Amino acid sequence: MRVRFWGVRGSVPVPNKHMLGYGGNTSCVEVTLADGTEIILDAGTGIRELAAARIPHASTVQILLTHLHLDHIQGLLFFGPFFDPTSEITVYGPPAPGPNLDQRLARYLSAPLSPVDLRELPARVEFAPCPHAEWKVGGARIRAATVAHRGVTLGYRITEGDTTLCYLPDHEPALGARLADAESGWISGIGLADGATAVIHDAQYTDDEYAAHVGWGHSRVSDAVTFAARARAQRLILFHHDPSHDDAQLDELEGAARRSWEEADGDPTTLLMAAEGTTLEL
Amino acid sequence: MSGEHQPLLLVQGRNLITGLALPALLTDPDGGLLFFNDAAAELLGRAFEEVGRLPREEWARQFGPFDEEGRPIATDHLPLGNALREGRPAQGRFHVRLAANGELREVEVSALPLLEPDHYEGALVVFWPVEEAASGTS
Repeated sequence: MRVRFWGVRGSVPVPNKHMLGYGGNTSCVEVTLADGTEIILDAGTGIRELAAARIPHASTVQILLTHLHLDHIQGLLFFGPFFDPTSEITVYGPPAPGPNLDQRLARYLSAPLSPVDLRELPARVEFAPCPHAEWKVGGARIRAATVAHRGVTLGYRITEGDTTLCYLPDHEPALGARLADAESGWISGIGLADGATAVIHDAQYTDDEYAAHVGWGHSRVSDAVTFAARARAQRLILFHHDPSHDDAQLDELEGAARRSWEEADGDPTTLLMAAEGTTLEL
Repeated sequence: MSGEHQPLLLVQGRNLITGLALPALLTDPDGGLLFFNDAAAELLGRAFEEVGRLPREEWARQFGPFDEEGRPIATDHLPLGNALREGRPAQGRFHVRLAANGELREVEVSALPLLEPDHYEGALVVFWPVEEAASGTS
């Protein structure tokens, strides 16, 4: 399983020269399975560059949206294959009562907010709520579950053979719970992350910042480390960087997180700050 | 998902009732007891840690529902059964048996189904002694 980061920023894109080391695009991660199946996690602004660099190796593409906040869908209509009539694209998203997924997306992706309407896309596109039960894509099994964030939000667990990737870009498992000593079965998202080869996890805030943002749906770096340790994850990739955190600050946070990860019996080399362009072979 | 890993609605429900001064409990979709809070423990006379998770029949046998004579009554059409069957909040009254002294106590019960778009995760049940509720409003 190959994982490539195209957008790692939370909330809003930041085209700032002091932030380009880690990158300014919002959430988008590409997962390529051994058989070439392509799965795209979220459609933040990073998906535009993914599309531009993309060498199609599959006739179909699966886009898995965790939720519909703007930083996770803002790049959707900049994904080139939507404008290729030979493309077959399935967009999965969180189930919710009321309007269908495409109708909910169209609140943003339609006039007057967008010059292109979802109904005009030349590609064959299907919008579907994520099933409650595990399903298969290519050689992988995928499981989705709602996790603690504002609004209905999914996390994903993708398993191919012995390799499991867990994706929790927007997640506040510490809300109302003491992560360090809560019963593990009663921690949001832990069933998705349990024993994963790698966990990509929200790490938006510093400890100081978190105090003023409890309940906003994001994690401080220290909680991301505690969560991954409780889940017995082998690797932790800190993700969804706050738009105010520049490269120097992210370097510092990474160093502190590695020390905490080591104290929790993790190998410090298995923790990293997600950066645009990074590719991992799991 | 593994049975040991609870879905978000139950996790959030437990977080909510842990800090609630009103007696409350959580069940799975079959009505099995998953957790009750300290206020419920005070009323029932046993801590959750002593009781643990129980199938619906077992915790009904221990705590109720009973009629005023202490006879077990069917749970299907009481608040929890209605909530889990019909997917709507349900209210009712019955008696529970207090573990501390075996006394029967009439309680008023509200059950809220924890309903996702296409399936149940369980129910959140709050209950309170009828006498206290009556005196509290006088």
